Amino acid sequence: MAEKEGYTSGPPKRVTDSQLRRKWAKLKRNKAALFGGVLILLFVIGALLAPVLFKGNPSAPNLMNSLEPPSLKHPLGTDELGRSILGRIIYGSRVSLLIAVGVVSVGVIIGIPLGLVSGYYGGKVDFVIQRITDTLLAFPGFLLALGLVAILGIGLKNTMISIGISMVPIYIRLVRGCVLSVREEVYVEAARAVGTRDVVILLRHILPNVMVPVIVQTSLSMGTAILFAAGLGFLGIGVQPPTPEWGAMLGSARSYLFTAPHVATFPGIAIFLAVLSFNLFGDGLRDALDPRFRI
Amino acid sequence: MIAADRPLLKIQDLHTRFHTLDGVVNAVDGVDFHVLRGEVLGLVGESGCGKSVTALSILQLLRCPPAEIQGRILFEDEDLLRLSKEDIRKIRGSGISMIFQEPMTSLNPVLKIGEQIAEAVRIHKEMNRRESWQWAVEMLRMVQIPSPGSRSRQYPHKFSGGMRQRAVIAMALSCQPKLILADEPTTALDVTIQAQIMNLMLRLKEEFNTAVVLITHDLGVIAEMADRVVVMYAGKVVEEAPVRELFKDPRHPYTLGLMGSIPVIGRKEKTGRRLHEIPGLVPSPLEKPQGCRFHPRCNKVMDICRVKEPPVVRPSETRRVSCWLEAEDGGRV
Repeated sequence: MAEKEGYTSGPPKRVTDSQLRRKWAKLKRNKAALFGGVLILLFVIGALLAPVLFKGNPSAPNLMNSLEPPSLKHPLGTDELGRSILGRIIYGSRVSLLIAVGVVSVGVIIGIPLGLVSGYYGGKVDFVIQRITDTLLAFPGFLLALGLVAILGIGLKNTMISIGISMVPIYIRLVRGCVLSVREEVYVEAARAVGTRDVVILLRHILPNVMVPVIVQTSLSMGTAILFAAGLGFLGIGVQPPTPEWGAMLGSARSYLFTAPHVATFPGIAIFLAVLSFNLFGDGLRDALDPRFRI
Repeated sequence: MIAADRPLLKIQDLHTRFHTLDGVVNAVDGVDFHVLRGEVLGLVGESGCGKSVTALSILQLLRCPPAEIQGRILFEDEDLLRLSKEDIRKIRGSGISMIFQEPMTSLNPVLKIGEQIAEAVRIHKEMNRRESWQWAVEMLRMVQIPSPGSRSRQYPHKFSGGMRQRAVIAMALSCQPKLILADEPTTALDVTIQAQIMNLMLRLKEEFNTAVVLITHDLGVIAEMADRVVVMYAGKVVEEAPVRELFKDPRHPYTLGLMGSIPVIGRKEKTGRRLHEIPGLVPSPLEKPQGCRFHPRCNKVMDICRVKEPPVVRPSETRRVSCWLEAEDGGRV
């Protein structure tokens, strides 16, 4: 059932306590994943402790110090309105994290149930859901999110919803593929043979057995979500100023690319590191959890 | 007819077809037999002759489409094929239950053993979680799992094959069904474990007065366990007899062939005869031969066998056989 994303679903194994410890050990041995995990941790801590790490309002303009290069007072310099870039990056991590979580929630909440139903019942329901999925997948993800923003309008909430919906088909495909293989397992048939209801079979017997690839996908999607959100912000149709958002910072720095390159560089590095961390961690998670690569 | 004589399960003219891209597959093609209360009926035949599909048809566990089930399946005088989905679900587990061939895969790896049995109990009985869990532990004790209390809190991967099959039996029996369909319950197990599981099933059958349809290709198991035997070939019943009569006096050449294929220690020295085999394979359900389905492999084949389907002959009240050799006119037309 290796779907587009390239991991297998079966035979899914229960992650019990001792197994969990083994997976954790395996994840720790993977240096790249560990690096990703540590970056994510820093990123989360930065978001949570933003008011402690940076005193003052990151959005308050101070035109006297505009476009200053990095100094002791402003370690990463200031932007065109004289705001500390470090402060905006720290506060921006809150927005990015919020968007990442929001997007993945939308994808998971809509994608998992549809994938379960599509895979388990098959037939007409499956046909309809899959054709809709095909249609959505025909658009490049970012273009789809862009189109949805055009329909829904600009703003933080709409950014999350738009990018979230653009990720729904990935979750539908992934879950459906796993369900297709799990539903043929003898234990599902055995559960049916003692009169278990469909809902119970889906939620208690099938869902836990498809969670591993979903968890991996969640980590990978977070990176993509941050990148998409930055893209929308860059184009000026994502999170609106003065809210500090990495993409929007990059967008407004465009005009000063030659006179004050640091204004664009640091938000760019922040985006790069955030996306990289989720991708590395997701890859490591997949290697640790995927039964195909078990040592 | 008094109630006790009335069969628990009566299958009449059961047809199960699968609509595939290659054409219609008649996996079960006009099968009828009955099961009495508390008896063990052996359902014998080679792989691919429709035994398992018959069992799955009874509980309607096949996906329809591609499957299509026709005929009558009377369980306690109620036609299961006419019941609604919800009603058939209520019969599964509490009226008829099933044991599958593969104990390694018939338990969910993410649920504790006790949880799986308790869940099956709660479907049909008004019990809360604690009561159903206690019931599950009691069932595990009954299938002779040592220290059932702590074992019930373990996951299936800590159980050996034999123990898993015991757990599966406990799950199947947990709501005291009147009929159990056991699809090759011991095929995947070691010989010594096989005997234990078979004895356990016989004991539990007596205890709960459950009827068993024992599906197997192992005539040794049939001789030990069954009261009556139904022999199937290519989706049809070819012979039915009480177990002793079948072994003493098999009538259908297919049954004879099956019996000849059982290894007997010392036979070669005594008779100089090697193990007998039935040549060829069960015909593909897509292209079943004309006339008698067994004729291409039969060593007593006559001209008529190639043209006309044999009639069902009843040499005695409890026996029937479907072969031209048994027909009154000996197959002359």
